[in-house]
Amino acid sequence: MTRTPSMTWKAGHDVASRPWQGRVRDYDLFKEVAIGFVVVAAVTLGLAGIFGSPDEPAVTFASWSSSDPVDFASTATAELGGTSDTAQYGPPYNDTQGATQTLGPIDLQSLAGVRLPIDTATAFVIAPLRTLPSVPPAVARWTSASAAQKARWTDAYAKALAADTGHSLPRPTAGEGPVPTMIASLSAMARSGGLDGALAGQGGFYPLNRTSAILFLGDGQYFQNLAANQHLTGDQWGMMNETGNTPGQAWLWLFSFFYQIEPFASLPNADLVVVLIMGALTLLLALLPFIPGLRTIPRWIPLHRVIWRDYYRAARDSASTGQSAIASSAASSSSGLSGTSERPPSAPRSETG
Amino acid sequence: MSTQERQGTQSPQSPDSPQEEIYTWTGRARRWLLKRLPPQKLLPQDQPSYVSSWIYVFGMASLAALGVVIISGLVLSLNGPQWYHTSGLGHFTNSVHLWSVELFFLLMVVHLWGKYWMAAWRGGRVLTWVTGVIAFAVSIAAAFTGYLLQTNFDSQWIAFEGKDALNAVGIGAWFDVADLGQMFAWHIELLPIGVGAIVVLHVLLVRVHGVVPPIDATEHPWNESEGPR
Repeated sequence: MTRTPSMTWKAGHDVASRPWQGRVRDYDLFKEVAIGFVVVAAVTLGLAGIFGSPDEPAVTFASWSSSDPVDFASTATAELGGTSDTAQYGPPYNDTQGATQTLGPIDLQSLAGVRLPIDTATAFVIAPLRTLPSVPPAVARWTSASAAQKARWTDAYAKALAADTGHSLPRPTAGEGPVPTMIASLSAMARSGGLDGALAGQGGFYPLNRTSAILFLGDGQYFQNLAANQHLTGDQWGMMNETGNTPGQAWLWLFSFFYQIEPFASLPNADLVVVLIMGALTLLLALLPFIPGLRTIPRWIPLHRVIWRDYYRAARDSASTGQSAIASSAASSSSGLSGTSERPPSAPRSETG
Repeated sequence: MSTQERQGTQSPQSPDSPQEEIYTWTGRARRWLLKRLPPQKLLPQDQPSYVSSWIYVFGMASLAALGVVIISGLVLSLNGPQWYHTSGLGHFTNSVHLWSVELFFLLMVVHLWGKYWMAAWRGGRVLTWVTGVIAFAVSIAAAFTGYLLQTNFDSQWIAFEGKDALNAVGIGAWFDVADLGQMFAWHIELLPIGVGAIVVLHVLLVRVHGVVPPIDATEHPWNESEGPR
């Protein structure tokens, strides 16, 4: 070719912009779609039959408090004392100062505000205990205490739990106030399955919102350890993995990739930065036809010669031997699902090029 | 809106009456649509001879996989969120839904890369490219919400992990990954409608503009002895 082909998106007077005037080939759209659907459906059924799909049972507060009672008690104490991750998360759950992820002046988390207010002490501990047939008197003692006193009690019990390496809760002391009793009651409630019901019941008769329960679970180490064992945590490409041997959300590989490398992995605002980067990259991909250089790469690395090898072979043959060779080469093409017989365009055009 | 009555301005309705007077928005819209996409262009019986490569299979196969996704998803949703945990047929249907999504993305990615190396935006086809990328992005969101609806350990953990990115950009309350009700709305209504509408637009644009010819293609090697049709 003597002329550099245009890679621009703009319509002009070139071959790409005007109706195709060359030879055409038979094409049955409906037949191709029908065959394609049958083949894809058959492959899907085969993969489903062979590999199935994972269905690891959901974690419950009953299983958590039974399997790791100290971790459950430690987490519940942190919720009660307002020191858990959820309690200090910031918007949309609460208004903890300085907890939002920002990038320069950008603070979208604060801009959205506290839309799903959660008081962890009330929602995760006190309100469930109040659903018991006999509400522990410790609850009344807790609610009537000052904030400073509550902090001293929960701090003391948290330290006792941190030093506890066994499977049972530490012996209560006077400095821990009503906290050990409250946590013991909550633990018993959890083991019986009552806490699962109480947290779900906060949504009324139709408990579809599981936000509180998910956040409570996530504040504990038990849930995190289960995920780590399945290679699901953030530093294990967690967002794209799934339990079992199924591929998971492989299409999130680039999103997960940024969480694996520095400086992103250790940024305090990593989520905001990664989401903004992914948004920018998606925009870049969408607008790629407008970007000189990026849109020219397909000309520099001519993979299109492989994709359209039949066309180029026929064009080459045409140049060397004449038109009959083109027809011969094209007719021998075996690619594609539709009919392969080519012909001069004898009917009104049905396609533009 | 005009209420003026007319007499004798409407031509007999026939394909052979090209002189029909156009005097309404509807008529103008029909004229525009038929000009842009006449029936023989919408449902062609032939294609340019260069449309002869296995790469073309992946676009159509993506649509086929999307069809399987929609059908298996409908069966799952009509039987309720607990069905696949307790029924063998339900679990198999869930597996079909999962693997059709996996295939959908695999086929779509190959289709996307193929179109990139073909520089398929050439000749005024940029909207076809843009709608394809949007369809891909919205499909990712749709698939993500599907993982949140599994009502098992995976959905619990993905909700816990996924909330931070959404909260960081301020949309966590309206796209609350732990709110099953919201996720049902996103996964079964809003995002499928979005994917479906964009894919339909994408396919219509392909039909309007036709399949992009090869880079540096010329027509004359094929028809210099045939002349214009």
